[in-house]
Amino acid sequence: MKLSFILFALPWLLRMKAWRYKEFSKRLKERNITVQMKVADDSKGRFYTFKDGRIVSTNGMHPSPDVCISFKSEAIAVALLMPPIDYQVQIDAIKNFNLIAKGPDELVTWFSETVMMSQTIGWEFGTSVESGETRYVNNTNGGPVFVYVKDGKIVRITPIEFQADDGETWTVKARGKEFSPPRKTTISPHGLASKSMVYSKDRNLYPMKRVDFDPNGDRNCQNRGVSEYERISWDEALDIVTSEIKRMNRQYGPGAIYAARSSHHTWGNVGYYISAYQKFINIIGATTTLLNPDSWEGWYWGAMHHYGHSMRNGAAEIYGQVEDCLQEAEMIVYWSSDPEVTNGVYGSFEGTVRRQWAKELGIEMVHIDPFLNETAAFMGGKWLAPRPTTSPALAQALTYVWIKEDLYDKDYVEKRTTGFDKWSAYIMGKDEDGVSKTPEWAEAETGVPAREIRALARKWASKKTYLSAGGMGTTLGGACRSATGAQWARSMICLMAMQGLGKPGINFGGLQFGSPIDYNFYFPGYAEGGFNGDGQNSANGVSLYQRMPHLISMNPTQQSIPRLKLPEAIMEGKAEGYPIDIRSIEGQFFPVKYPSPGHSPAKMMYKYGSSYIGTQPDSNRYVKMYRTDDLEFVVSQSIWNEGEVKFADVILPACTNFERWDIGEWANPGGYGHDWVGQLNHRVIGMQHKCIEPLGESKPDYQIFQCILTRLGHSAYFTQGHREIDWVKRMFDASDLPKGISWKKFCTKGYYVVPAEKEALRQPTSYKWFADGEKKNVQEPHPLPGAYGEDFLEGLQTQSGKIEFESQSLKRFAQDPERPPLNKYIPSWEGIHTSDLFEKYPLQLVSPHARYSFHTKGDGKDSSINDIKDHRVNIDGYFYWLVRISVTDANVREIKENDLVKLYNDRGAVICAARLTERLMPGVIHCRQASAVYDPLGDPGKSADRGGCVNLLTSKRMQTKKVHSAAYNSCLIEIEKWDGTDAIQSVKGSAEELIPAE
Amino acid sequence: MKKWNLIVDVEKCHNSNNCFLSVADEYMGNEHPGYSTAMPKHGHHWINILRNERGQAPMVDVAYVPTMCNHCDDAPCIKAAENDAVIKRPDGIVIIDPEKAVGQKQIVDACPYGAVWWNEEKDLPQAWIFDAHLLDRGWKEPRPVQACPTGALKSVLIEDDSMQKRAEDEGLEVLHPEQGTKPRVYYKNLNLYSKCFIGGSVIADIDGVEECIEKAFVLLSKEGSKIGETWSDAFGDFKIDDLEPGSGSYEVEISHPDHSSKTVSVSLGESTYIGTVKF
Repeated sequence: MKLSFILFALPWLLRMKAWRYKEFSKRLKERNITVQMKVADDSKGRFYTFKDGRIVSTNGMHPSPDVCISFKSEAIAVALLMPPIDYQVQIDAIKNFNLIAKGPDELVTWFSETVMMSQTIGWEFGTSVESGETRYVNNTNGGPVFVYVKDGKIVRITPIEFQADDGETWTVKARGKEFSPPRKTTISPHGLASKSMVYSKDRNLYPMKRVDFDPNGDRNCQNRGVSEYERISWDEALDIVTSEIKRMNRQYGPGAIYAARSSHHTWGNVGYYISAYQKFINIIGATTTLLNPDSWEGWYWGAMHHYGHSMRNGAAEIYGQVEDCLQEAEMIVYWSSDPEVTNGVYGSFEGTVRRQWAKELGIEMVHIDPFLNETAAFMGGKWLAPRPTTSPALAQALTYVWIKEDLYDKDYVEKRTTGFDKWSAYIMGKDEDGVSKTPEWAEAETGVPAREIRALARKWASKKTYLSAGGMGTTLGGACRSATGAQWARSMICLMAMQGLGKPGINFGGLQFGSPIDYNFYFPGYAEGGFNGDGQNSANGVSLYQRMPHLISMNPTQQSIPRLKLPEAIMEGKAEGYPIDIRSIEGQFFPVKYPSPGHSPAKMMYKYGSSYIGTQPDSNRYVKMYRTDDLEFVVSQSIWNEGEVKFADVILPACTNFERWDIGEWANPGGYGHDWVGQLNHRVIGMQHKCIEPLGESKPDYQIFQCILTRLGHSAYFTQGHREIDWVKRMFDASDLPKGISWKKFCTKGYYVVPAEKEALRQPTSYKWFADGEKKNVQEPHPLPGAYGEDFLEGLQTQSGKIEFESQSLKRFAQDPERPPLNKYIPSWEGIHTSDLFEKYPLQLVSPHARYSFHTKGDGKDSSINDIKDHRVNIDGYFYWLVRISVTDANVREIKENDLVKLYNDRGAVICAARLTERLMPGVIHCRQASAVYDPLGDPGKSADRGGCVNLLTSKRMQTKKVHSAAYNSCLIEIEKWDGTDAIQSVKGSAEELIPAE
Repeated sequence: MKKWNLIVDVEKCHNSNNCFLSVADEYMGNEHPGYSTAMPKHGHHWINILRNERGQAPMVDVAYVPTMCNHCDDAPCIKAAENDAVIKRPDGIVIIDPEKAVGQKQIVDACPYGAVWWNEEKDLPQAWIFDAHLLDRGWKEPRPVQACPTGALKSVLIEDDSMQKRAEDEGLEVLHPEQGTKPRVYYKNLNLYSKCFIGGSVIADIDGVEECIEKAFVLLSKEGSKIGETWSDAFGDFKIDDLEPGSGSYEVEISHPDHSSKTVSVSLGESTYIGTVKF
């Protein structure tokens, strides 16, 4: 009876919605089909005939319905169809074949989506404001925003100012003062400039095909990067891509399709790369990219061997440090740390006000960086400028002074660390090495005067000191991305182990992390995988999978290509790397070989997102790779026509996240970035309204994947009958949001501010437990229970449970002579000691992350970022990338301000605009990385580039032998005034010959 | 009547460029009838951030100064305009009428601050209008202030008398007061940009090892008169600021109870790091 009623009522529901909402009426007119719904044994059923928007409902069985949805029993049918839908029950029914949908994939999906749409059709979004504008909300990589829209066009994008009834703000009491952050969000430049990127002339607005690419004839792969494009229809584009996917599987078997993505080009839990893209890749089955821990490098490969934290890629605990630092610390040492540029990660300028408080409180600052960076310029204090790659030597000399002058915490070293005797012997020159690591020794290496090293060592030991190593406090930092990257990160741990890490005022951090916010309010981070159902390659299984039941997915192709060796893998057919496996410290020791046993080499590339050429080392290699027949087909799904998109055979135009539905929390990756929201002053969870229609014929990534999968018969599995807005609602329901805001209000208002944590419930300070010899009490689910050596929550993840000056994990591994168990100083394999090369290329290049753009996001594409004087320089109508050169080095080369100069070595040449500065010591060149523009002046891959891709110059060599890591900041170059030609250089020789082979 | 003013704290500006980008976002591609017409996509800096890197490595500091239309009370552009193309609103904001000002390039030339930009395509002088169109709709502050991450920009709506008092109390300055234009944009800590320092590092050999000398007394004098004094810090560094650029020769006398005094002569052009001074 009940089922009969439900089946009878369903068409009435649809008719009512069609009567009320034009859009739904239009939807019903899209297909003329018959849908049968029934109990599997045909005991009960009803079929619906959709014709020109009308629905005829008939009791009984249709002989040949287009779509047939059958339930194992009437009870199951009722349970599944009776609102509200219980998705756990629904998923169980699908997995156990109690619910079966038959018929063409596309029609099954259409019907499911239509039923879902009947539930969502009346929702209202956005807030009407003055002047006929509607205010929506969206998220960017650099903060949540209000988006004002009028007549279908974005008028403005601003940070969010809170209202009185938004969640309250915290206050920190320190040294008789009270500090509370402003009640608004901050925004990074690349977020604030979003509108200029949405309406960029470089948008891909239509599917395109390279004119001389014929999938059935001559492919002319050698012309990639040179040939023009012609507009084609979506159907043609999708047909080509789909038939190539099928051909790969047919002709070569598993592995032939290679999927490559970038991170960070959009935001949102549904449409972001770990969600829709990953599920798509899992479904088609593809060779994936074995990532290197690109921003972490030395922390992952080095630091974790002394103190654990594998599940943070080697980064430290990040709790409670804002209060402790403001209340207790007397000095902060920023070492290769420029949070005013790198903004934590996604954290916009949230830490800025806290650093201003530190300044107000008179906390002293020291900045150690080859460049007087923006944080140093902002905060003031002492600047020490070690030569690039030599920071580990500086750290060892500090250690020397501490030991020699008895300036360290002996009790802590004895109780909380192991291996100090051996470390001390090495530092003092009392082991087989025989060299005392004196300040004078370090001065010769680093260029920092010995007297200043002594002064810093004494000051550090006499004051309660925070160490901000890298932009996040631990992790990141240019020093971790060089040949000595692991050594530097390791030395940071060893330093803090001597000064009592976790004691009041002694900790890691530069006020970027550890805000007293509510960490327990659940909203999934993007690394929880959205709806990807992938428990292996995302943190989907941690919380989201249970809270938002959805179908699981796995990639059947067990092959991956180490990202840094992609060109070699494609062109030479083999490559080896090491994984990011954060389960354990030892996860990184397993070599990954390409190709996998029994797998085809990659023949087709599915590129999603922005550029490798701007971000990967020695990137002329990538250019050369694209121009070989080894890649038979390259499809690029991209928002903008930038970087290497111009090397694709077919371009699929994606839209920005302002043109599609999504939901997300600012600065919340989850997973590897557990509790990174701690860098925020307020947690803000945002509806990502579809503010405008996709421009041109561009589509949301989700829908592009769906279109391809429809042609392969997988769309129902991909979408589960959900459109993006349905997943947004599911994500809302799966989180703690319903406890704080109604769905209706969330749809209109668009954001929710999580109220600050009660003072009594704030997180304890990181490592206090460790310093006090107690059980771990910070609320992070790391390390895994089995990684505790003895009792649960006792000690660190290391074998000893203590900070190990002599790393037991590296001792056990014993295969990487460049990573010995004691963190010995081994000079960079490209630097001042590689004398032949240094003679030819006497300038050390550092290429840290860009300030105004985020990787390639924000740069190029005609955005207003280009007009920022410290980003690019407009010379004769062309926006050149900026290179900083010391006045001394410039004078020697007769280079003047704004001269066009050529940076070059044997790997390539880049034309930049010169900025003369005193913020660098002579011998060091500063040129930020991640240009989105690759603009070769002659033959691509073999000529100078004037787009600013400084990574054409950096080495492909791994930091050490048994890792998969880039060493961008171990790079020697020469600079000269540009002669206007496309020549890389006139000097003969090859860097590859001069640099000893790996 | 309450009027708008802007206070820029140079010490707090760290060149995020959010003010510049806010203006770009608000005016590029947007027409605000009666207030302004769209800003060109490239080339205009209605908020123009000036930079001054002072000193020599390793003693260097950097100051950034956002400049923009000063909304002068005695604005040369108003005088230069024909046809009442530039108006002064009762709330203090100066607006270049986007229709009446067409073709009037002399408005650009009249501004002593270079804050008016010439829109070639539209044949029109343009400047930042303090987001008057938004304030008129009830916005509490203009967008550059809203988006500034450091609090370096503050918009203030007060009576002129109160503003004058505040300027005196807080030591606020305006750019080029000698022009007599009576700007409504005030600067705090402008000396970090406009003035110079003399700095150095005091060292000595102690027990055969070179050390930084803390608490050395540094006396700066000019033609026998004391100009300033300070003490060296733990790195031996000292810095005496607020000197006029190009102000000629100074004597730096450095003394310490354990050492005999040293005197160094400096001829000051721009900020100067004299390097190490060894006892």
